[in-house]
Amino acid sequence: MAMILNEEQQAILDGARGETMAKVMKTLVMYGEAFGAEKLVPVTSEYNHLVTSFGLGVIEPVYELMEKLIEAGAVSSQKFSMDPRPLDKNVPQNLLQKLVFKKFMYNKQDFYEGQLEKLGLMDKDAFTCTCYMDEVGNKPKFGDVLSWAESSAVVYANSVIGARCNRNSGIIDLMGSIVGCVPYFGLLTDEGRRASWIVRVETTKKPEAQLLGSAIGMKVMEDVPYVEGLDKWLGTELSDSACTYLKDFGAATASNGAVGLYHIDNLTPEAKLQGKELIREDAKVYVIDDEELARVQREYPIVWKNPDASPKLCFVGCPHMSLRQLIDWTENLEKAFSENGRKKVTVPTVFTAAPGVLEKFNATEYAEKLKSFGVITSYICPLMYMNNPMCAKMPVITSSNKLRTYTTAKYYRDEEILSIITGGERK
Amino acid sequence: MKKFQGRVVTPGKACAEALVSKGGLNTLASFQKPLQFGDKTAKCGDQNNPDLYGKPMAGKALCIPQTIGSTTGGMVLYCACAMKRNPACILFSKPIDSLAAAGAVLADVWVDGVSMPVVDSLGDEFLDYVKDGMKITVGEDGVVEVE
Repeated sequence: MAMILNEEQQAILDGARGETMAKVMKTLVMYGEAFGAEKLVPVTSEYNHLVTSFGLGVIEPVYELMEKLIEAGAVSSQKFSMDPRPLDKNVPQNLLQKLVFKKFMYNKQDFYEGQLEKLGLMDKDAFTCTCYMDEVGNKPKFGDVLSWAESSAVVYANSVIGARCNRNSGIIDLMGSIVGCVPYFGLLTDEGRRASWIVRVETTKKPEAQLLGSAIGMKVMEDVPYVEGLDKWLGTELSDSACTYLKDFGAATASNGAVGLYHIDNLTPEAKLQGKELIREDAKVYVIDDEELARVQREYPIVWKNPDASPKLCFVGCPHMSLRQLIDWTENLEKAFSENGRKKVTVPTVFTAAPGVLEKFNATEYAEKLKSFGVITSYICPLMYMNNPMCAKMPVITSSNKLRTYTTAKYYRDEEILSIITGGERK
Repeated sequence: MKKFQGRVVTPGKACAEALVSKGGLNTLASFQKPLQFGDKTAKCGDQNNPDLYGKPMAGKALCIPQTIGSTTGGMVLYCACAMKRNPACILFSKPIDSLAAAGAVLADVWVDGVSMPVVDSLGDEFLDYVKDGMKITVGEDGVVEVE
């Protein structure tokens, strides 16, 4: 089906703004036509967010493409934030790792960040996967149309904020922002936002966000789930703690499956407005109880060469932590240490968060406390840190189900992580 | 010989040996290593994919249900094409996913001198029938012949 373009879009496609802009428009038209999109609609958010934040030496064709765009003046019509940086000297690394990261793997980082500035980067610290945090300032409004690609940010924006965005790929995200429009299909449409799964949460205690999201993601894959019974544990208002929970829950649905939107009964904006009208008539049902969550965790593959190895590193914060989480973790660590008499973490531990969130946290009394426990805070992307043969061999633990999915890091629930890093038992 | 009718996502003709994965292709995990370490045959680096792991993907008719994994997937596929380490064609049993579509379109529009036809919606029967090493011919009209 051929897409119908308005006069301005057709003129761009025909070359009125140069060959490069015509190719950008052609890319979006072909991309949309692959999904039967009949039109392009304006991007309405104030800012964009791009997923490809890493200057890997190997993706030279990306830099060449960016150069073509810059030379042709085909830059973003919106300023944008980026996914997290792949490097931070504060994160533990041996000499060899340091050399390989800086000189071999991410040797184009500085060059690429220079290109991003020319293309429309918000500011030098706008590197995080949680751009929607208040401290970062890239928070769309309800109903905004976005051209984002980062899967955890897309699912959050769609579900918790009620913005509209497809699960786009890197580079497509930038191109939507350059021409200011995106193809209208999938999660941009009312029909595409209806749920084809009803998930009934029947656990006896508040389910772990990252585990519940994993179970749902693996079951529904790219479909939209309507989750019932979670408001019992999260309440009916989008408080800081509810939003933090949904951030981690959503990232797990998006990485363990390919969920781009979920609805939480009585809590998320569209569920509050439309309720069960969002559910398709032929929706399937998935019931989650304590045993189902235990089964899901039990069945994660063991990817360490030596399953009994002592952890060498712990990452918390994929996606990046909220201010609330940093404070809660500090308090939980303090409580655990007061109970067991220790003073410092027994596994090198890195908490990751957006630069803006870290800045705010560092102004609180908790920052010194967390530092005294030996915990390192960083803006790094743990996934990019892990995504190489050297780190892949390290026994790394995490409470992130996204990190578990894409790397060799081993997943534990928050309370298990707390126990391990404070010198308690490893279950 | 058996013929399957699919839908053309990006056009072109191809004739190549089949390389089959019953599970989804994790684009980043599969291509990162060969791109990074100069492997022109593009041996699949995804340890979680027993059908493809260690097998050369460049120049093959890659037969898969869909792609999975990181949303950098489309960008990675574009890089594989630009570096000429791409499959000869990609054939999907299911309707194409947004990441693969992005990669296919980016390669088609932005990479000169590389043709990687992509056909989707070939059906489950296609993936049941096709085996590694079978000869595949892709026509401009989305007809895929398997010998």
